Amino acid sequence: MSQSSVFLLMVGGQIESAEGLDEGLTQVTKKSRDDRQQFVWNFPLDITFKTTNPFGWPQLIVHAYGIDAFGTDVVRGYGVTHVPITPGRHKIRIPMFVPESSSQLQKLTAWILGRRPEYVDVRVLAQGEGREVTRVRSQGFLTVSFNVVMKDMKKLGYDVIPSEMSTSVIPESVGPNSGGTTET
Amino acid sequence: MADKKKKTKRLIENEEDEEAGVTNPSMDEEAEAAQHQSGGESSVEQVDETHEAESLIKDLKTKHLSKQKELSKVKSPKEDLAKELRTIKQQSRDKVDETIRQEEAELSATEDGTVPMPTEEEELGESQPTDSIVTFAETTTELETEEAVVKKLKRKKEKVEEEEVLPLKDEDEETTKKEEAPPPPETVPPPQEEPPKPPPQEDVKTPRGLKASMKARLRKAKEEAAAEAEQEQKEEEKKERQLKRDKDKKKTRFDQPEVDEAELEEKTRAFKSRLKKKQPLEEKFRMELKSKGVFMPTAEEAFDFFTHDFEPEPEEPKPEVEEKEEEEKEEEEEKKEGEEEEGEEGEGEEDKKKKKEKEEDEVPLMEDVDEEGYGFYAVRKAEYDDTPETAKKEAEKLYYPSVTSVNAEEKAKILHDKQPRFLEDEGFYVGTRPKISGWNVNKMENRLIKELHREKWFGEDGRMIVLPNPLRPTPSRPPIPEEQEPGLEVQYRKAIMHEFDSRYIDGSLDNAGYYQLDVDINSLSFSHHHLFSREHVLATRLSQLYEEYMDRQKKNMAEYLSEKLKALKLSAVHLKDHMAAKKSEHNYADRSNFQKRLQDYKDEIRRARALRDKEEKTDRLLLKAIIKTWKDIKQQREKQKFINTPLKLQVITEETNKEFDLTQWKLEIEDELEEMEEEATEIYNRKKTEYEEALKKHAEQVKAKEDARVRIHKRSRKQSTKGSRASLGSKASKHSAENEPNPEEEAKDQEILNEPEIEIPDKPEEFNKEQARKDIIAKAKEIRRRPGEPKLYPEVTSTQPITEASKCPRGEQQRRNDVSKCEMFLKVLFNNKEVSRTSSKPLTQEFKLNFGQIFSLKIVQWPESITYQVYETSGFGGEIICEINSSIPDSSVTSQSVQLENLDFSSDHRVNHGHEGVGSGVPFSFGAKNEGTETLYTTGELRCSVAWAINDQGELLVPPSTQEQGNMFYAMRKMDPVTAIGAAGVVDIQKLAKWFEDSRLDPNDPANADLVYMLKSKGGESALLGPKEFFRLEQLQEEFNFCDDEAIDENKRFRLIYLRDSEVTEFKNYKMIPLLDRDIPRDTFAEYEKKKREEEKYKEEKDIESHRAAVSKFMQRVREQVIRRFRLLAHQRRLEDVINEEAVPNIALLGTSVLKLTERRRPLRVERKERKKVVPQTIDNVKILININRAVYVPRRVAASRGGAMTAREPDKAVKNIVGETQVQPFIEVMFQDVFLHTEVGDGPNPSYNEELEMPFKAPNEDYTPGNLQTVTDNIYLNLFDQVLIDIQEDDRQRGTTVHQRIEKKWLGGLTIPFSTVYFNGKIDGTFKLNKPPVLLGYTQGPDEEEGTSLRSNEENTYLSVFMTIEPPLQPPEPMRERFATTEDEKLLQYADNWEKTLNAKFSDREYKTTVIDVNGKTVFVTRYFKALEPPPDIFGSSDTEVKKMEVVARYVSMIPSVSDSVVFPGLCDIWSTCDQFLQMMAGDEEEHAVLLANYFLYMKKITWLIIGKGIPEGPTAYVMTEQENDYWIWNAGTGEHFSYRDSYCPLQSISCLINAENIWANVQQYEKPAQMNFDLSQGASWRSFFTRSFPNTGIASYQPERLYYKPTNKNAVLDLQEKIETLLKNKIMEWRSRLITRWNRHCTQIMRKLLPVLEENLGHSPGEQHLAELESTFSAYKVSGFPINMPYNEINPIVDAVFSTRVHAHDTSDVEFALAVYIHPYPNDVLSVWVYVASLIRSR
Repeated sequence: MSQSSVFLLMVGGQIESAEGLDEGLTQVTKKSRDDRQQFVWNFPLDITFKTTNPFGWPQLIVHAYGIDAFGTDVVRGYGVTHVPITPGRHKIRIPMFVPESSSQLQKLTAWILGRRPEYVDVRVLAQGEGREVTRVRSQGFLTVSFNVVMKDMKKLGYDVIPSEMSTSVIPESVGPNSGGTTET
Repeated sequence: MADKKKKTKRLIENEEDEEAGVTNPSMDEEAEAAQHQSGGESSVEQVDETHEAESLIKDLKTKHLSKQKELSKVKSPKEDLAKELRTIKQQSRDKVDETIRQEEAELSATEDGTVPMPTEEEELGESQPTDSIVTFAETTTELETEEAVVKKLKRKKEKVEEEEVLPLKDEDEETTKKEEAPPPPETVPPPQEEPPKPPPQEDVKTPRGLKASMKARLRKAKEEAAAEAEQEQKEEEKKERQLKRDKDKKKTRFDQPEVDEAELEEKTRAFKSRLKKKQPLEEKFRMELKSKGVFMPTAEEAFDFFTHDFEPEPEEPKPEVEEKEEEEKEEEEEKKEGEEEEGEEGEGEEDKKKKKEKEEDEVPLMEDVDEEGYGFYAVRKAEYDDTPETAKKEAEKLYYPSVTSVNAEEKAKILHDKQPRFLEDEGFYVGTRPKISGWNVNKMENRLIKELHREKWFGEDGRMIVLPNPLRPTPSRPPIPEEQEPGLEVQYRKAIMHEFDSRYIDGSLDNAGYYQLDVDINSLSFSHHHLFSREHVLATRLSQLYEEYMDRQKKNMAEYLSEKLKALKLSAVHLKDHMAAKKSEHNYADRSNFQKRLQDYKDEIRRARALRDKEEKTDRLLLKAIIKTWKDIKQQREKQKFINTPLKLQVITEETNKEFDLTQWKLEIEDELEEMEEEATEIYNRKKTEYEEALKKHAEQVKAKEDARVRIHKRSRKQSTKGSRASLGSKASKHSAENEPNPEEEAKDQEILNEPEIEIPDKPEEFNKEQARKDIIAKAKEIRRRPGEPKLYPEVTSTQPITEASKCPRGEQQRRNDVSKCEMFLKVLFNNKEVSRTSSKPLTQEFKLNFGQIFSLKIVQWPESITYQVYETSGFGGEIICEINSSIPDSSVTSQSVQLENLDFSSDHRVNHGHEGVGSGVPFSFGAKNEGTETLYTTGELRCSVAWAINDQGELLVPPSTQEQGNMFYAMRKMDPVTAIGAAGVVDIQKLAKWFEDSRLDPNDPANADLVYMLKSKGGESALLGPKEFFRLEQLQEEFNFCDDEAIDENKRFRLIYLRDSEVTEFKNYKMIPLLDRDIPRDTFAEYEKKKREEEKYKEEKDIESHRAAVSKFMQRVREQVIRRFRLLAHQRRLEDVINEEAVPNIALLGTSVLKLTERRRPLRVERKERKKVVPQTIDNVKILININRAVYVPRRVAASRGGAMTAREPDKAVKNIVGETQVQPFIEVMFQDVFLHTEVGDGPNPSYNEELEMPFKAPNEDYTPGNLQTVTDNIYLNLFDQVLIDIQEDDRQRGTTVHQRIEKKWLGGLTIPFSTVYFNGKIDGTFKLNKPPVLLGYTQGPDEEEGTSLRSNEENTYLSVFMTIEPPLQPPEPMRERFATTEDEKLLQYADNWEKTLNAKFSDREYKTTVIDVNGKTVFVTRYFKALEPPPDIFGSSDTEVKKMEVVARYVSMIPSVSDSVVFPGLCDIWSTCDQFLQMMAGDEEEHAVLLANYFLYMKKITWLIIGKGIPEGPTAYVMTEQENDYWIWNAGTGEHFSYRDSYCPLQSISCLINAENIWANVQQYEKPAQMNFDLSQGASWRSFFTRSFPNTGIASYQPERLYYKPTNKNAVLDLQEKIETLLKNKIMEWRSRLITRWNRHCTQIMRKLLPVLEENLGHSPGEQHLAELESTFSAYKVSGFPINMPYNEINPIVDAVFSTRVHAHDTSDVEFALAVYIHPYPNDVLSVWVYVASLIRSR
């Protein structure tokens, strides 16, 4: 049982990526052999964005692929999350989902042929539009930890640091990083 | 004694049982009890050895059993399952054993006492149960005491017999006990202690025995037996043991639930039969039995004679059975034994025990290793067993559980008649019951149901408990550790005050100013209190009334009004006098003015009088009420015999002059009467006139109605011949007559009739003076002091002494006591938080409290409410009586200026008292005399004030007043969002108050409290607030605007963002809008604004371009509309758009895919692989790959021999090849987006390049999304040039050494391919005809004369083979699949859908069109577009032949500019405009051209079709086909050319379907290339028609206009344009060669001007040799290279581009002259054909 995942940092609006990969493929990983049965990627991702306007805040779209019983690559889940808007370390658990076949028969053939329904363009996930026609099923979670650093946001008039943050220290979860990508 | 033994044994057994974990004493008990009784009965008549023998045997068995038990205990870990069974066995066994033992005991007793006494037995039986119960109840440790009890009992009851029996038994016991005690260490000590005791006792008693001889015999026999036994011990022991054990086993078997009763019986029967066969065995047994018999000689002797003979057989079965079973079980046992072997060794002692039981002094055996085989036989007497007896006993003692299920009754009993409860149904997990066969279960249940505590064996569901109970008997929860987990520790954090809180006056705590509210609580007085006595109630009422009275007295309204009245009267009289006096002097106006004033006075008087009367009336009533209340008080005081209140009323009377009064009285009455009369007369007069008028009118109406009725009547009579006569005259008939002719009149009549009757007003009555006087007097009497009546002035004082408490009755004392106990205090709540409270004050007897406290509140929050809570404490604890809301003071109210105000309050508390207190909220009465009861609630008044404080410096401690406005409505904010957002003034207090009054809201309703509160505090000054009379539609909108529209317009950044959002083309993909306004480049909007300005400007221009502008505006509009529609649709996604899913497999597809697998592989037949389309985000570096293969039939330079000087310089003869062919050196230049690329120079007229050019492509705004790409309007220009080397060597001397040449490019032809074509088609591949100027000076085409080949048609043209594609492939726009609104018949559309689908299934790459979308975005059936339309008549001119005419028409159509749909309507490529729209828009793509052309041809009576197919280079396109004698001509409407269908160079590559007005024919042939096709449309195999016999064309109306109107073209405007273009081009050329001088050759231009119209006449074809010759001859002195360009006119820019692309200007010398001529041929309807002749002339040297 192995899975790989594709990530895509989708940006719209004014924000654009200035540096770093915004689309790519992680390595293939296998299920851990302990009880947790997790897939751990520990795939680092380093990307910088620049903007003059927070319109179209970057989103991370992840789709995971795994090999099914017949050895074909099938999609195991799509997930999307916004890059946190506050600086600091964030651990985000993205619920993953896959589109459902539109009928039982198709489900069967999709299963047999290993060609399950997939999104034509995953960018749809980052928008609300067009999602209403799909039917999806949740399966699994993906944990992503973000390390967000921001520069000059205040200068531009955006106060992204909550007032409590400026004084107190938020305790960080010390638990093991169960796989995910890092974004700076 | 027997009891004792039993007891001990039982105890042991019990103990054993206990050890085994199973105790079922009740069972034993029962059995025992039964046993005893039965034993008692039986023992009397039959005392035989058999019993004894049996018992002995059984005894042995028990020993064995116990051993086994222990064994099993030892082995228990291995046999968990067996254990259960065993325990059950054990129980049953025990039972049996018990009985046996008892029997034994009895036997021994009876044996001794040969004649046993029934009584004794009975007694035994009686005593037994009690004993047993005791033993059962008590534990082993209590044994001794029990024993004592038992002994006592025995001693009393059965001394003699017992004693005789005892010795014998003792022996037995002793032995057994001695033996028993040691072996199992578990078998508890008590038995050990026990034995010693009994023997001595009994021994002492023995001598007295009666039957000594018997005893002696017994003893003797025993001794003998012992001796004998000792001898035989070893051998026999083994046997015995074996036997017993086996018997035991047999028994166990028997007891085992698995074995069926019937089965067993059968077995025994079988055994019996077998026994008979096996005599020897039998013998053996008999012997054995005999040997047994040896042990009990006395009994045996007796029996030997009597019984032995008779009953050997019945006796036998048992041993036999044993034997048999033994045999059978042997193997099994062996196994068991094998296991037990080790254990047995240790348990040898136990074995011994068994033997001892038989009263044999058996020496402990060695190990029974050699057990098998029966080596030795002891010869014994046969045992006797009385079978019926045994059977009987067995029946009594043994219990065979039934296999049938326990009957319901029993079960019900178990459940105590409760409903069975099924835990599983309740959702508990109960697990699965182990599988046990039904019989076993039933058996067990039957067994258990006999138990005493059977309930505990059965679960709540009525079945046996086999599973652990899922329910825990006690609730449980995980233990909570004392220490907290480190992660969950609570940390102390200091409370943080939230910084921003609108409730704080200054935003936060810290920087707040000092604001203080002073709350003054002065006093509290009750107008009713529950401790009020009746007198109090009345007194309060009196004081209230008196207060009111005083109030009124102060105002003295009555007096004031009467004075006023007097004054008014006076002035009225005065005025009247005045008027009368000066009547003559006044003019009319004055008079009326006076009249009016008089009237006013009168009205005023009347009003004043009414008011005075009212006042007087209330005064009087008040007075009356005061007096009445006082009377009540007095009454009350009398009645209760004590005085409670200090109130006292004194009425001061003032004597009056009766005379004076009387005159006054009368005068007053007269006055009023007079006034009244005056008024009445006035009214009477007015009414009278009214009445008369009405009367008159009424009369008229009656008459009219009568007339109408008569008329109608007449008419109806006329009709009565038709209608029914019955209704004649009635109203109904009139109604029915209404429908008849002459309706107008009738209606009129009817109207008259229907008019409402004019009401006749009542005849006015004249004024009745007397009546009026009476009325007035009555009124006066009621409200006024009568003449002579003294004036009364009440005065209330508090001087009445109050009766002392001691003199009061008990009730009153109690009340006063309560009052004095009652204390009150007030809490002050600020914003619903208690801030302070007053001290507790006792309630005075007057029910007044004086607080007089001032609280200073320093506030940090905006005051929202100040509330007082009144608490009453009597004894302990306070009870809230009520809450009083105070208003927040205005900022102007300070503690210095404030006045105390009275706040009323009331409480709905219900208090009832047993004493004099009337209570609150409970009805009470004033006594029997007073009528009815009254219910009063606690009410009162609080005197208090709230004000802003002033500090020492005299500063007002009020928060900044700016906030006040909002603050005022703070209470409302919470409820009313509209006010909360500060839409100030929306709440109109006045209106609100009015509404409040109108809607009669209950002011006491707490829900309205806020409203009341607000109105109360502000209502008075509501006028100050001023009504704001406006209405906001979207009050909230403004709140959410973060700046106003103007700011957005002014701010460049906002504007940019706004424009980008609205997807204006220029800004659609603008990235990174700068953050600051100043960072935005100033010229950002320049282009956009310019464009906007231009749009405006177009309107003003008046020349021919203005029309174009109008057209373009129209187009723009249509375009916008369409785009909007499409954008809307584009945002409606379907599943397929979002999710990529395998289609439902259908059989056909599966079949084909299977077939594909079997298909033969053809490696040489390479198929182009589908390239994967790239998602556009990542694209950069997009290139257009242009692969130029070759060109054919390139024009050649005219050989010097022919043309001579005029062409390009004589091609170097040296290069001329051997064949003498004139050289041409063509190359292809590609231009796209201002980038030029060119191929290598080829050689000869048919060059082969095979070159791939990579043309970079840049999408506007770097946006490679399909939506953007399809708007790209750039064209790819492919131009064929001839590269000419010109020797510019000036000096011939250097020729040998230097090469000095100039390269010149001569344009030979071009090809324009729009980018959109490449984009939509993905690739373009094919051989294209180049657009070549009709006249190409200096070049010739066609075969070499020298070669003598004939000219072929296709050689007139030059062709270019090109392959073009985009790399990486861009995603083409998704075609719109949405169904649009339509007016077509649903059935037709459905059929069309099916038709298309079935055809597409077969030919997926052919496009079958049935419906198209019109300009309005509606779906239209395609045949509607066809209709014969007349072409403009004046285009034909001189053309005579039909073909010529057709060509002219085609040319006309081709001169209409062509624009791709995708450019016009991005987002969708298939909008068909009708011909008139097309002509109006002056733009359209192939379909529009083709449709128009087809329609013209139809008008020309040609058989015409529209071809839908694929062409080169357009891709999917539309052509026109006409039938021409034996040929079919295919017309390209865009260029005006026509081809024969057989022409292989026809640009049309495939035909999908043909369409005309009648039908649609789909091509179902194998081939789709026109040349390969069969055009016989009637052939169903080749063409599938849409309308068939089954679905005929019902005549679909055409969508096209009736006819086309062509407006004539303004010739002058055309000339102007022509001039304009020429000037522009000239300027451009000069601009292009700005480095060099540009000279114009006028002469040449002149000639060209002449030539161009000819070309137009020739429809663009070469004008013929003579023209050329003429031209050439003219320019003999020059080398001329140039050509005419023809194009439809749309805009100027394309013309400039076209000229530029020819590179005529690119002569890098100054000694060149240019000629430029422009000619525009006007066609009707502003269709213009533009000709540009451009040439360069180089003077020949």
